[in-house]
Amino acid sequence: MDSLLNAQTVLSTLDATLRVSTPLILCAMAGLFSERSGIIDISLEGKMLSAAFASGALAAVTGSAWIALAGAIITSILLSLLHGFACITNRGDQVVSGLAINVLASGLTIVLGIAWFSQGGQTPALASEARFMPFELPLIESIAHIPFIGPFMQSVISGHNLLVYVALLAVPLTWWIVYKTRFGLQLRAVGENPLAVDTAGISVSQLRYKSVMIAGILCGIAGTYLAIAQNAAFAREMTAGQGYIALAAMIFGKWRPVPALLACLMFGFLDAVSIRLQGVALPGIGEVPVQLIQALPYVLTVVLLAGFIGKAVAPKAIGVPFVKER
Amino acid sequence: MINQPLANQPLSIELRKISKRFGRVQANKDIDLKVQRGTIHGIVGENGAGKSTLMSILYGFYQADKGEILINGKPVKIKSSRDAISSGIGMVHQHFMLVDTFTVLENVILGAEQSALLKASEVNAREALQHLSDEYQMSVPLDALVGELPVGQQQRTEILKALYRNAEILILDEPTGVLTPQEADQLFRVLQALKERGVTVILITHKLREIMDITDNVSVLRLGEIVSTHRTADTSTAELAELMVGRKLQTQQFNKIDNPTTDNGIEVRNLTVTDERGLTRLDNVSFEVKRGEIVGIAGVAGNGQSTLLEVLAGIQSPGSGSFTINDYQVDANSPITPKEMREIGVQHVPEDRLRLGLVKSFSAAESSVLGYQNRKRFNWRLFLNIRKIRAACKKLMQAFDVRPPDPKLKSSSFSGGNQQKLILARELDKSPAVLLVGQPTRGVDIGAIELIHQKIIDIRDDNCAVLLVSVELDEIMTLSDHIIVMFEGHIVGTMKGSDADKTTLGLMMANAMDDAA
Repeated sequence: MDSLLNAQTVLSTLDATLRVSTPLILCAMAGLFSERSGIIDISLEGKMLSAAFASGALAAVTGSAWIALAGAIITSILLSLLHGFACITNRGDQVVSGLAINVLASGLTIVLGIAWFSQGGQTPALASEARFMPFELPLIESIAHIPFIGPFMQSVISGHNLLVYVALLAVPLTWWIVYKTRFGLQLRAVGENPLAVDTAGISVSQLRYKSVMIAGILCGIAGTYLAIAQNAAFAREMTAGQGYIALAAMIFGKWRPVPALLACLMFGFLDAVSIRLQGVALPGIGEVPVQLIQALPYVLTVVLLAGFIGKAVAPKAIGVPFVKER
Repeated sequence: MINQPLANQPLSIELRKISKRFGRVQANKDIDLKVQRGTIHGIVGENGAGKSTLMSILYGFYQADKGEILINGKPVKIKSSRDAISSGIGMVHQHFMLVDTFTVLENVILGAEQSALLKASEVNAREALQHLSDEYQMSVPLDALVGELPVGQQQRTEILKALYRNAEILILDEPTGVLTPQEADQLFRVLQALKERGVTVILITHKLREIMDITDNVSVLRLGEIVSTHRTADTSTAELAELMVGRKLQTQQFNKIDNPTTDNGIEVRNLTVTDERGLTRLDNVSFEVKRGEIVGIAGVAGNGQSTLLEVLAGIQSPGSGSFTINDYQVDANSPITPKEMREIGVQHVPEDRLRLGLVKSFSAAESSVLGYQNRKRFNWRLFLNIRKIRAACKKLMQAFDVRPPDPKLKSSSFSGGNQQKLILARELDKSPAVLLVGQPTRGVDIGAIELIHQKIIDIRDDNCAVLLVSVELDEIMTLSDHIIVMFEGHIVGTMKGSDADKTTLGLMMANAMDDAA
């Protein structure tokens, strides 16, 4: 019991939570932009996976993490545009299009990986220069002596790679854009009543294209994080459903940035705990099978979606192609 | 029929030979229209006459195939709403173009933001709106969510939206369809004030009395063409109605049954219904409908009439109290389903035909058997007998003059009036002992109203007990043998149809009888 609850363990679990939550947060914000504009985005997964592959491959070839990041973002945006072309321009079914992108990403990353690197779908392992490496925040040493806050800052907040901070900054930024800017106002409106936006003299398609492209950028960063920051190479299917978890977290958060962040952190925390709990005998329960703990986030998703969160009210026009007709 | 030479004032809008065709349908043909600045110009016409198409062209939804638009004497190309707005045109659509989850303020600035950040726009807009609402005396709570406002205030939001964009031309499409009479009066006062300040108002409506009351000039559209433009003072409702329909209309006058049989078709006893939010919808309502009479329920929309109709039709369960319908006793402990209702000879023409009356994507034939799809004559073993259904539908269509009489056509391709005739045909065909009718002529052309009214009278004369719910006071007065007025869920007055007068009924509807007395 002591070993489970001492300060060091708690801090390192929280630290892990942040690391695991990062791609979820980025993807949840991506989903938020897309869905607030009225475009269902289940292709978060596929975009993240493609971006992860692009960054892994580019980092291996060029040796530059920044080029890898740029390439990943471009790849992800291209998929967003594909989604947009299907759903916005051609008014196709948004779920089908998203699903198609996921299937495409899953297959293409493996095929290209094998063709280019011949490592069974992996990209070559990267040297640390080609990755985003953890670093200590400046001035962190000077506050280390403050009780509670000092150790918390030092071991939980500090010592991550750049993209973790990008993810954390993405949340207030998203909030600010959605609620405080002209674009945000129009974004919220177009997901609720596109006809109102159209009659106000704003192009619905342009607005929606912009939104899905922002989603593309964020998924690109998330994929990069997975392949060249958290890990040192792309591995096949490395997203492992995190895109869907992020989507669920965004829905738990009722399409709002801060609650979505909290939901992501909760999923991340469960994941981190499940790693800690492997092989540990809990008092009164005994050793819990690893598989059960690993299944916890998914079980929780279903349970929470089934009604614990309360009715999630989606943007009214979500999933409905905009047809200008009366 | 002679076009009056219009006074020599600058023109705000001039349309020259506007034509628009959708496939085989010529929606607008060679429309010439001149509207003077600072006047209220009415446009009337039956549904499908091309009013909405014309206004959509003016607001940039569609482009005309041919023709020219001049605003303030200058030719303009209006390709989108943005162009229309920048030409000074504002439009209040029949279905409001508002975001329900936004505040009034947010709705107003949407698309008219002055900067990338909202804060500055909000401050400016708040000030400007304060001015506008003082000037025109239309107060709207700026920080209230639009979805929670009554329709009258939503409409004001739409008007404010247009004014905030400096509209000099305001188009209103059927603005009073959803308003209470009081709200409509307020709207007209606002329009008058706008006119005095030089705003040009175009009012599209099918209510001729509104045209007579408020407009300066009026144009009549029929089958896509302007058939006349008059000064309102030089014309009359009768003349306009004739022009709209293209033939002479008889004024409908039906005999009133003062002393019906003593046999009750419907007998309601102390009915009280509370909704899920705990609001009392029906408050201790009791009344009777005899066989062979029409009882009309008058009242401003939302005063419990809809609930009453749904309870009697078996759609909602009665809370406390009971009712007897065609001799079947119903209360909360022994409820009845709509299906059983149909079996005991109670037929229901619902208020909202698109929600409860038919399925838009079904063919007319399919819609014409809804609720009766299990009847033997429409079935063959496990299957629907589509040939018989079509034949039956065709017969209904001929009997009720549904146009076009094509059972294969999608329900949504019929005009509102023809959809309504189809539903009425379906229900009346079952020779009901009790008929429940809600808003039988909402959004229906004048020509069709005649027929619908005649059919309702015919069924009454067949000894059917008819309960009519309508927000159109004229309709209630034309048809009812007995009138009940509802206000906030209870009955505030009753009157014989033969000595009904509008003033008294109006006062009852506003629950202001005591004040007047």
